This record gives sequence, structure tokens and C-alpha cells, in this order.
Amino acid sequence: MSNDPILSVRDLTLDIPTAGGTLHAVRGIDFDLHRGETLCIVGESGSGKSLTSLALMGLLAPKIQRSAARIDFDGTDLLKASRRQLRHLRGARMSMIFQEPMTSLNPAYTIGDQLAETLLLHRKVSRAQARARAVELLEKVGITAAESRLSQFPHQLSGGLRQRVMIAMALMCEPELIIADEPTTALDVTIQAQILRLLVDLQREMNMAMILITHDLGVVARVADKVAVMYAGELVETGSAKAIFRQPAHPYTRGLINCIPVPGRTERGARLGTIPGIVPSLVGEVNGCPFRGRCDQAVDACANAIPLHQLDDDTHELRCVHPDGHRHEEVTA
Amino acid sequence: MSDTPVLELRNVSKTYTVKQGIFGKPRPLRAVNDVSLSLGRGEVLGLVGESGCGKSTLAKILLGLEAPSEGQVLVDGRAMTGQDRIALSRRIQPIFQDPYSSLNPRKSIEDIVSLPLRVHRIGDAASQQKKVREILDIVGLPSRVARSYPSQMSGGQRQRVAIARALIMNPEIVICDEPTSALDVSVQSQILNLLGDLRQEFGLTYLFISHNLAVVEHLATRVAVMYLGRIVEEAGVATLFEEARHPYSRALLESVLTPDPGLGVPDTQLGAAYPNPISPPSGCAFHPRCASAMPQCSQIAPKPIATSDGHVECHLYDDAPIRAAS
Repeated sequence: MSNDPILSVRDLTLDIPTAGGTLHAVRGIDFDLHRGETLCIVGESGSGKSLTSLALMGLLAPKIQRSAARIDFDGTDLLKASRRQLRHLRGARMSMIFQEPMTSLNPAYTIGDQLAETLLLHRKVSRAQARARAVELLEKVGITAAESRLSQFPHQLSGGLRQRVMIAMALMCEPELIIADEPTTALDVTIQAQILRLLVDLQREMNMAMILITHDLGVVARVADKVAVMYAGELVETGSAKAIFRQPAHPYTRGLINCIPVPGRTERGARLGTIPGIVPSLVGEVNGCPFRGRCDQAVDACANAIPLHQLDDDTHELRCVHPDGHRHEEVTA
Repeated sequence: MSDTPVLELRNVSKTYTVKQGIFGKPRPLRAVNDVSLSLGRGEVLGLVGESGCGKSTLAKILLGLEAPSEGQVLVDGRAMTGQDRIALSRRIQPIFQDPYSSLNPRKSIEDIVSLPLRVHRIGDAASQQKKVREILDIVGLPSRVARSYPSQMSGGQRQRVAIARALIMNPEIVICDEPTSALDVSVQSQILNLLGDLRQEFGLTYLFISHNLAVVEHLATRVAVMYLGRIVEEAGVATLFEEARHPYSRALLESVLTPDPGLGVPDTQLGAAYPNPISPPSGCAFHPRCASAMPQCSQIAPKPIATSDGHVECHLYDDAPIRAAS
């Protein structure tokens, strides 16, 4: 994958004015994504991962201020794109799958109408062609009796089926970039596995780039090519899935991995790792490492600007005062 | 430890009547279908299954919020029906999934946690206040939060409040209905550690309902797998996770995504969707999704077969003595 990235983001910053001052929700994140690649952004609630995805799609609430050095989608500068240009991109070349299929499907329209709408908006097709494409995609996402589903309303479908409809809708125009925000969080584990498999298969088949936003480390490990660990509005560690899970460097990444019980590995009933403390307030001036208040490796220098280190291979990057994420005691003879 | 289970269900069923559409004919829905379970003192029974399988209905029956249509619930060997509901609530307490909606936003933490004491008229205001501070300390909250309101607290803190409220009456049994699924992973581990500590310290018995099998494996001593209102397999936690017998249990276990990069997403081969509980499939309710289905599976409902440490309901084990699953 030596060609140009399909999506290139530099210094993306999101500020939200609040009564108590400006909330610096996302502070200077960078990443590149190539065709056929899956980037997982993993982080806990309030880390800014969902806002990041909305910012890429240009779907932020008007009061949120977005700035960046670059948001480039396959040669189009999304920072300068007009609303009209964005409308042409969204749904056609870049599309989004939301977490809650119940709230993001329109309850008043049939599945068929909602699926066909995307295609009718973006392509010169007849209603019949749009419906045929809808049936084709419903079958592709594993919905049986697809033809008869077109006249059904969202409430007549189960959660798993609704999420499949959401995926089919996102794929109607064969987008080049798909952003999935917690696509399986509301689903049962069995359905989760099916939906993830489906997403991965379709992504490979269509050579799409995918950004998957999740808090579930199991999902990340199984699906991601690249992982970005987000904490309090910053990417604290990025790297290949193998690097992040086999050699996690940032104290936050290591803490997260220690928190989850793994059948067969974590001793039953043993105490799980914890990360003490809570996420800091991002209102007002934010200095230094946002994790330092909860970090067992923290030193005084953590309050200053935090350098970015390259680890073992050049795709594994760490934002920490310690070059390997570990505090080494000064050797004093 | 006495041999009498602290909580026992004998052939419990719960049938609801539902109508489909405005003019639909009322039809029975068997949310819980002939379930027998027993919890020994100090045990943690993990109850797993997909949404709609009847887990939460079972929890409501155990809490006395729903009466079973058939069968009996016994607490310490005595039938629950007929016993004073208020007295029972001292012994069985719930912790719910969503600490955002299960705490009254208009009440202070002190009011919320002390409510059970006031309902049961235990002690005067001063001793209630003292008890609240003690229990907040036990669940790891500073006593100053007593005057706070739920909106001022994080999700993890709220769940600690919910746990404090459940424990203030010194119950013997705590029904935990997805207690960590609304929480972040770093908070989830804190709450799981707390539940483990409290169990040790107070000798609590848990019914732990969760769809997260990794969490169940970590905390439970026994596991019951529920499918369409029936417990299709029940076993000790080691047996279930190492040699699950029922094809459904195995599919559930396969769908657990351990954080292992490079393994990809497993194929659970659970082709068809979860069946509609109003018209359950004939014979074994799992047969339309089962990879090992045989002709008799769609005809005859399997009977429970006793195993070394539980039971399984599957025709695969009809005539052969139970051996380890391949």
C-alpha cells in the first residue's frame, strides 16, 4: 500500500464552547488511512472518538469549532469543501454506520424507501433499479426474504436485522470510506460476531477503507489493521494491531488491556487490573499529558509538552515522556 | 454450610399474553419455560443467553416482582409465595444494568442509599446516617458524596451507589442484571473487583446475568445457559468453559472475542436469526440454528440429561453416556 492514503488527517482539533469555558474535546490528532485498511479508534466514553468521526463526516453540531491543518479525502480538501460538495460525498463515497439502529433509522419510512433514497439522491437510477439494488444488498448482508423486507418498517425488525439494514444502507453506493461508530455495541455477542464478519468480508470485497470506533478491545484485536488509542482527546498510542496488543507501550494502553478478563488466561476470581481516578476535565487550558493524574509512571515532566516517540517499527508511535512508556529510575551510584 | 440451597427454582414457568397488532388475537408467550435451578450459599451463578431468552424475566421472578405462572421459588427451602414480600426484600436485592436510570435524579445519594432502612423502619435518623456512611465506605465512595446527586457522579460511582443501596440491608442474595455492561472497561474492572471482594467479605450469593461471557467466566462458579426460556445447559464454570456440551453453549463461547490480533472474527455458524418466542420452533427450540441438528431434533423436545455437575438438554447425548464434547 504505497499509494496515497484515501484519508489523511493532520492536527484535527475540536473545541466546544460551554458555560464554564472552552471544552477542548479533541486536541491535534493525526492519522492516515489507505484503501482496504481498517483503523480502529479505541477509547472510553468522553475520549472524543465519536466526535472525531462526526468531524470527518462534517456532521458536527454548529457550535462545535473544528480546525485542522489537513483533512484530505482522496484529493478533496474537506476543510474547504462546500456543503454541496459534502452532500455529494456523504452517502456516496463516504458513509457512516451508527451505533443505535433503532434511533438512526426513520420509523415512519419503510426499509425499502430508506435504502433506495441514498441511491436515488446520488445516482441517476430509476426507482425500480434502486429497489433492485436494495434487495441485492439486503441479501448481501444476510437478510433472508429480502424482497418482502422492503415494505417493512424498522420497528418490525430485530436489533440485529436493523443493524444489517444500516450496513446495507451505508453500502448502497459502494463507498470508498466507511465509518462505523460502535456498530455492534447494542447487539448480542452471537450477532456481534456475525455483523463484524460481514463488515470485514464486505470491506475486503469492495476494498473499502474503514474506521471502526469502539471501546471493546476484543473487537479491536480481531478486526483492526491499525489501532489508535484515544484518551481525553488525544491519540496516545498508534500502531498495528499486533504491536498494540503484543507490545503495548503507553501506560493507558497497558492499563486498559489489564482491565479485561480473558477466558483461559486471567485467573478466575483474581483481581483485575484497574485504572484509578477519572478522566480529567478538558475545559479551559489543557497542558501536558492528560493521563498523568491516573498514571503510575508519571513524573514531573508529564506536565510539559509530550514528545512523540517511534517504537520498534515506524508505524508504532507513542505519546509519552518515557521513550518506551516505562519510568526508569535514575541510577545513582 | 447447610445443604439446603439458599435459593431454588422448581419447574418455574412464566407465561405472558401478548397481542400482535391492534386486532391481533392474544397469544401466550412463554418467557420462562420449566426452569429448575438452585443456588448454594456463596455461589455465583452466571446466567447467559441472548436478548429475549428470558434472563430478565427470571430475575424479576426471583426478586418477587413477577409471580411465576407455574412452579415454585424457594428461599432457604421455604416457598416464596405466601412469605412477606417486604421481609423477602431484605434478603434478596437487585443491582441493575443502567446506573443512569436506576437512581432517582431528584434524591441525594444519602436518600437513595438509606431508603431501604426507612422502608423497613430500621434505626433512627442518626443511626441510618451512620449506616449510610459505613456502606459508602465499603463500596469505595467518600462519605462526602452522601450529599451529592446522581447527576454529579460518574457511571462507575453511580453503580457503586446502586451496590451500596443493595447491600445496606445485609442481603444474602444479590441479583446482578448486567451490572457492568453500561460501564467503560476501566470502570467495569473496578466494579467486578468490588463485587468479588464483597462476596468474600459478606458471604454473598450472586445471580449474575450477563451477555459478556468473559466477565461471567471470571466471576461465576456455575453457569446456566438459557435459550428461549429454557436452561439448555448448566455446569460448573470450568466444565462449561472447557467442555461445553450443548451446541448453543459452544456457539456462545466461540463468539467471545478475546484480544488476540490476527485471529479474525469467528464464524459461529448460527445461521438463522433468533426465533420469535411467540411461535417457538417445534422439538428442540434451537434446532433451526444448530449445526449438529438431527432428524428427531425438530420433532421431539430433548429432556434434561444429568451430567457430572449439572445438566444438558440435547439429543446428542440421548443414548450415549455423557462424554467430553469434541
